[in-house]
Amino acid sequence: MNKYLFYPGCSMESGARAYDESLKAIYKKLGFELEEIKDWNCCGATEYLSIDLLPAYSLISRNLALASKQANGTHKVVASCSACFLNLAKANHYMAERPEFGEKVNEALAAGGLNYKPGSLEVHHLLDVIINDVGIEEIQKLVVKPLKGLRVAPYLGCMLARPDYEKQWSDHEYPTELTRLLKALGAEVIDFPLNTHCCGGHMTQISPGTAFELIRQLVSAADQYKADVMVTVCPMCQMNLDAFQGETNHFFHTNYHMPILFFTQLMGIAFGMDPKKLGFGAELVDASKAMSRIGIEVPAAEETQAPKRKKTTGLPMPKMPGDEEVAS
Amino acid sequence: MTAQNHPPQNNKSNSNFLEEVSEKTAGVSRLDMCIQCGTCGGSCPPAADMDHTPRTLFAMIRAGMRDEVLSSNTPWMCVSCYYCTSRCPQNVLITDIMYALKGMAIKEKRYKDSTAPDFSQSFIGMVENYGRSFELGLATRHYLMHFPMRLPSMAPMGLGMLSKRRMGITPPKRIQGMDQLKAILTRAKELEVD
Repeated sequence: MNKYLFYPGCSMESGARAYDESLKAIYKKLGFELEEIKDWNCCGATEYLSIDLLPAYSLISRNLALASKQANGTHKVVASCSACFLNLAKANHYMAERPEFGEKVNEALAAGGLNYKPGSLEVHHLLDVIINDVGIEEIQKLVVKPLKGLRVAPYLGCMLARPDYEKQWSDHEYPTELTRLLKALGAEVIDFPLNTHCCGGHMTQISPGTAFELIRQLVSAADQYKADVMVTVCPMCQMNLDAFQGETNHFFHTNYHMPILFFTQLMGIAFGMDPKKLGFGAELVDASKAMSRIGIEVPAAEETQAPKRKKTTGLPMPKMPGDEEVAS
Repeated sequence: MTAQNHPPQNNKSNSNFLEEVSEKTAGVSRLDMCIQCGTCGGSCPPAADMDHTPRTLFAMIRAGMRDEVLSSNTPWMCVSCYYCTSRCPQNVLITDIMYALKGMAIKEKRYKDSTAPDFSQSFIGMVENYGRSFELGLATRHYLMHFPMRLPSMAPMGLGMLSKRRMGITPPKRIQGMDQLKAILTRAKELEVD
């Protein structure tokens, strides 16, 4: 039994509900014991780091301090969100790399009666412990319903394999962990060149054009590779590619329809679990048609329609993939 | 903001701007090791939207161009994808330096466009009050303030997120240790100024 201190992060309760539900459905099969860090707080995402250095790291480190106090029989912290994982890993690493900085963080933590010894915990992402602690062979043994014929684009996003302080990943730009996992589930995995490109992060809120272009690149690449679905390991990536796909289509006058799922949802399907318990239907771009292509029925997602383009004729515009469908 | 409004210590520290930025970076920045190769800018997804590529910005930091650096949109366009950081042959902590520059620009109110700083500040306002983030409250406030024209094209997404229970209407439950968190953050802010 592998035991971990679990840091779910804020999005697991809201935006990434499908991730949360599917993880809860599968983790026992993997022989995991996930003990939630009691009274954890938000990691500050990329926002707090932009404002105040020391408060930002103190906010993150409160979680590490709580985890090390709670640790009974394990020193491994697992986060399911890439941004949370990176923030926790950052604090763990930089507090040790610059001891005087680490001491200042601890001075702030002391005001709340807490303390954290940098490096005393290991910080991992969920995918990392599934691949390295459970292992591909064990996962293969659990597969009862191989995802045969499902073309999947594996999308890891940027904050997992980079900067990779503890050398946990096979490569910084083209890691194979997610590909190996999906192959073990029997899926047909695309050699996806944008595997660790950026989903735009918080730019959807700040510079929408910048974000939409990054989203377009990813979705259009998956579309050109004829992927049935794209698979992510991070709530932020899923949110950007799924929830903002409609607005991106609107922005570029394209008509992509690429379902974005969490890897845990596909693991659940391959392990033969009830699709109703795996968070299907929570996506904004419906995945049920793609899944039914390989004979798997999952709850359909009701799609809310984007506003129609007012005019389909006008000045000549550069052609974009998907234009044909819009022109009708 | 005009030059005479700067706090006095900033005027004389232009030549030490590089040290100042390094000091405000979480890890060991290695900014002084930059060899101006441009790998960072070449790897940067949003480079086209930046006033200066990271390489240019680092040359400007070395030249002590404090005003220009802190009012550049470059750090605000950074998407934190760490391509530059992992490719840098000198292991400069480029992404973390961008965070440091954002913090400095906010403190001195040097940013040209308030969209990103406002978003960051609204976000941490939620976190400092609840210990958790709250997407609906944050998004509504932010869109009304900065992107009112986007609301119509956003509507299907917002409704979808609500109807699929991916966004709550009520604020999150406060964490139990809210007082503890506040004490930690207050102390951290005091230490930051020292």
